[in-house]
Amino acid sequence: MTRSSTQFVLAARVLHWLMAVMIVSMLFIGVGMVASVSERHEWLLAIHKPLGIAILVLAIVRLVVRLRNPPPPLPEDLPAVQKLAAYASHYLLYALMLAMPLVGWAMLSAGGYPVMLSHSLRLPPIFPVNAAAFAILRHTHAWLAVLLFLTFLAHLGAALYHGLIRRDGVLSSMTGVRHDLD
Amino acid sequence: MHASPPLSGRSVVQRLALIGLVLLILVLSFGYVGGWLTPHRLTAQQLVNQLQANAGGTFPGYRRNHAKGVCVAGYFDSNGQAQAYSIAQVFMPGRTPVMGRFAIPGGNPYAPDGSAPIRSLALRFTQANGQQWRTGMNSMPVFLVATPQAFYEFLQAQQPDPSTGKPNPAKMGAFFAAHPETAAFLAWVKTARPSASFATESYWSLNAFVFVDANGQKHAVRWRVVPQTSGTSTGASDADYLDADLTRRLAQGPLRWHLVFTLANPGDPTNDATKAWPSDRREIDAGTLVLTGTEAQESGACRDINYDPTILPHGIEISDDPLLPARSAAYATSYLRRTSEEAHLPGIATATTEPETQP
Repeated sequence: MTRSSTQFVLAARVLHWLMAVMIVSMLFIGVGMVASVSERHEWLLAIHKPLGIAILVLAIVRLVVRLRNPPPPLPEDLPAVQKLAAYASHYLLYALMLAMPLVGWAMLSAGGYPVMLSHSLRLPPIFPVNAAAFAILRHTHAWLAVLLFLTFLAHLGAALYHGLIRRDGVLSSMTGVRHDLD
Repeated sequence: MHASPPLSGRSVVQRLALIGLVLLILVLSFGYVGGWLTPHRLTAQQLVNQLQANAGGTFPGYRRNHAKGVCVAGYFDSNGQAQAYSIAQVFMPGRTPVMGRFAIPGGNPYAPDGSAPIRSLALRFTQANGQQWRTGMNSMPVFLVATPQAFYEFLQAQQPDPSTGKPNPAKMGAFFAAHPETAAFLAWVKTARPSASFATESYWSLNAFVFVDANGQKHAVRWRVVPQTSGTSTGASDADYLDADLTRRLAQGPLRWHLVFTLANPGDPTNDATKAWPSDRREIDAGTLVLTGTEAQESGACRDINYDPTILPHGIEISDDPLLPARSAAYATSYLRRTSEEAHLPGIATATTEPETQP
């Protein structure tokens, strides 16, 4: 059996690992840039905005791939509470992948900032200029980032639990490696 | 799926510990990058906290520095002279709308106008293509210090002593002795008097920036606006004469400044705002800044603008001046605090749009 329902399709796997690198980088860039007063502040900010929009675009593509290619089922013997946690965390990750860039974009719009992806490329505003809305969106952006980081930790911890302890094929369904670590 | 041989209880514990270790390393790395594990590393929050301490408290809704000010509106008429050096749309011949703000330094929005000899002018140019150029300028040709760390140390030295309500002279003396780069600023401040008007002052960018021309060539520049209104009178004893003077002058007609760029020669410092460039450097008069109206800052259009000097259009870039990223970071922190106060977010001081009565 080479092409089985125990694996995510190739497009899903490529998107997963590409976005994993991008999103984890993005979390570190975001937390680093707001803490820095050095030149790091400027170049991290310059990466943060185009990377965020790239994540938004890829998240939409990934959602389409996911809807067209249902993921392999979770192991039948997985306890119901773990299944529920898996589904809930996956919904949350998708929601945050889409919400984080949109909240960031809306936040800059509300603050009256030009949304510059490079020296010359500007996105249109998606929210009216409003200082109170800026503040709410800016705090929301930070709290969602914390939530995303915690969800990522839970996701990684669960993936390693499946791969190292349960060894039930869940991790290999995304790595593409046929045999789990024994 | 093949069945894996069962793990021993010991293996399970070891593998769980490994997973925990991976997660712990990630959390610690996140904390390190976020500065939580290095409390001595200078952050924008520390800079703004110190500004608040020096102001004697928090004034909800107001900027944490240059808190006392007034909104102005007008436009920039470009003559096209700067086009050879920068492709920014604002320098093409024509008119660009400007929203600006005059202010005095310090974090107290009720400070008397004569409390410092410095005035500031912040401008936001909105280009037709939607890109913006924001600048915050001051009425002196050089800045006090060259680095964010030195500025933080200055603010610490300047914090009012609780017993006198004034900076401790010994701390200030120690700071200046340790920072010889402040000499040019101190020489300027000796001759400076609090002007009676915003309209008669020149305002300097202080930091260097980089122009990018149509060939992609880069040119280090600084800029200033030079008033067409002359006058050298010093302000009266009244606390709020600047606002009244501006309103009176604008009622009679617009106020004008030349926007002048100075081009660096190779080797001129771009990373040190304490050093003026030699006076023989090439200058370009790029056009006229015309201010036509003023509004109170509590309700005016400048209130919700963060005059972050790193917000630049295509054709202008930041230089290697270390003050610029720190200004950007500190202004963002101040902006978040005061907009949070305007939004009446829970746990945050509440902003009022009415000026408070000061004791």
